[in-house]
Amino acid sequence: MCLAVPGRIERVDEEEGLRTARVAFGGVRKRVCLETLPDAGPGDWVLVHAGFALQRLDEDAALELRGWLAEPESGA
Amino acid sequence: MRFVDEYRDPDLARRLADAVLARASRRWTVMEVCGGQTHAILASGLDALVRERVELLHGPGCPVCVTPLETLDRAQALVERPDVTLCSFGDMLRVPGSHGDLFGARARGGDVRVVYSPLDAARLAAREPARRVVFLAVGFETTAPAVAAAARWARKQGLANFQLLVSHVRVPPALEAIASAPDRRVDAFLAAGHVCTVMGTQEYEPIAARHRMPIVATGFEPADILQGLLQAVDQLERGAAEVEIQYRRAVRPEGNPAARALLEEVFEVADRPWRGIGTLPGGGLRLRGSYAAFDAERVFPEVTGAGAAESPDCRADAVLRGILRPPECPEFGRACTPDHPLGAPMVSAEGACAAYFAYRAPEPEEDPP
Ligand code: SF4
Repeated sequence: MCLAVPGRIERVDEEEGLRTARVAFGGVRKRVCLETLPDAGPGDWVLVHAGFALQRLDEDAALELRGWLAEPESGA
Repeated sequence: MRFVDEYRDPDLARRLADAVLARASRRWTVMEVCGGQTHAILASGLDALVRERVELLHGPGCPVCVTPLETLDRAQALVERPDVTLCSFGDMLRVPGSHGDLFGARARGGDVRVVYSPLDAARLAAREPARRVVFLAVGFETTAPAVAAAARWARKQGLANFQLLVSHVRVPPALEAIASAPDRRVDAFLAAGHVCTVMGTQEYEPIAARHRMPIVATGFEPADILQGLLQAVDQLERGAAEVEIQYRRAVRPEGNPAARALLEEVFEVADRPWRGIGTLPGGGLRLRGSYAAFDAERVFPEVTGAGAAESPDCRADAVLRGILRPPECPEFGRACTPDHPLGAPMVSAEGACAAYFAYRAPEPEEDPP
C-alpha cells in the first residue's frame, strides 16, 4: 500500500492549476503531481506514490551503500 | 531500477545478516509495522537468515487490512445508489465486507472504478458532472497527502460532486498501543520508511523514550530491512533507545514539509477504529470542518454500514500486536484463507496472515535452534 517508486523528472508543467511533472520510470513516462514537492525540478530523482512526488532522493545517502558493496568488512 | 536494485544484492543481504548475528549476544524481538516490509521479509526469507538471534514480528502495517468492516459496508451501500461512482485503489476493492467485495458490487451493476491516484477520481468528477464521485480514501500518512491534494484541488475547482469516504490511519498511535501493552514481546520497532518520508521521525521520539525502545525508520528492500535490523540490534546491545534513520536516501528528520502542510490544511487527527485492534486514540485522520462539503459521511448521512460482527475464532487482535504469529492461529490455512478471510490480516496480500499463507503454507514453521 505504501509502495513508492523512484523516477527522474524530465519536465515541469502547470496544468489545471496544478504543478505537475513528466517523470521517467525506466522507459515508462508518467504525469506526476508536484503539489507535495513544489520545489522539485528537472533532473531530480523523486519517489512517487499514488501519482504524487513524496520526496527527492538523496544521492549521497544512496552512495553509502556502494561503500558497503566495495568493502565487505565495513560496518560489521 | 536505480535506487532499488543495488538494495536487492543477495551477497550484501548475507553480509548484513551475518553482521546482525555477530552483533546480537542474545535473541531479540523486532517488529516491523509496514505491510510492504512484511511482504519483503517473507518473500525473501529474511526472517530465516536471522532467526537464530532475531525473532521478527509483524505489526498492523496494512491499512487495507485495518479498514473497518463498517466502512466497507458503507461503501457498498453508496455503490447501490444509481448516481454514485465509487473509486479506490485496486487492493481496497477486493476486500470482503459483510456482503462481498466491491468488485462484486460492480458485477451487480454498480459503478466501481480502480484509480491509480486520488486526483484521477477528482478529475473524473470534473469530467462527469452528472455523477457523484466518491473516493474511498484508505492508507497511512504516505497516502493521505495525495488525498489532501485532490480535496484541495476539488475545492478550488468548485466541484460539488466529489466526496471522500475517509478511513486514513496514523502509525504512531499503533506503535504506542503495542509498546504499552502489558504482555508486550517487542524489543524494538522498524518504522515504515515511506510514512517517515512524509512525516519525518519526530513523532516517534516520545515513544522511544517512554518505552525505552529503539525505533529505526527503514526502507523496503532486503538490504534496507537487514540494515535496519542491524541498527536496532546494535542499539539494544548498547542499551540505547533512540530514533534512527536507516532509509536515509528518502527520509529526513523533518519529513516533507509541503506534504505535512497539505495534511494539516485538509485533515485533523481523530480517534479511529482499526479493524482487529479497536479504536485507537488519535489513530487516524478526518476531514476538517472547512472540507465538510467533501466528506461523504456528512454529505450522505443516511448511508451507513451494517458492520457485521467479526468472527469470534479470529485472533487478529493478538496477531496484530505481535503476541501470536499467524501460523499459531488455529484457523490459519484451515477455516481462514485469502479467499475466505476470517479476519483483517488475511484480507490483503500485505497482511501478516496473508503473507505467511502465500510464502509459508503448507509447511509448519520450524522452531529456532
Ligand atoms: S489466520 Fe485468519 S483467523 Fe487467524 S488471526 Fe489471521 S486472519 Fe484471524
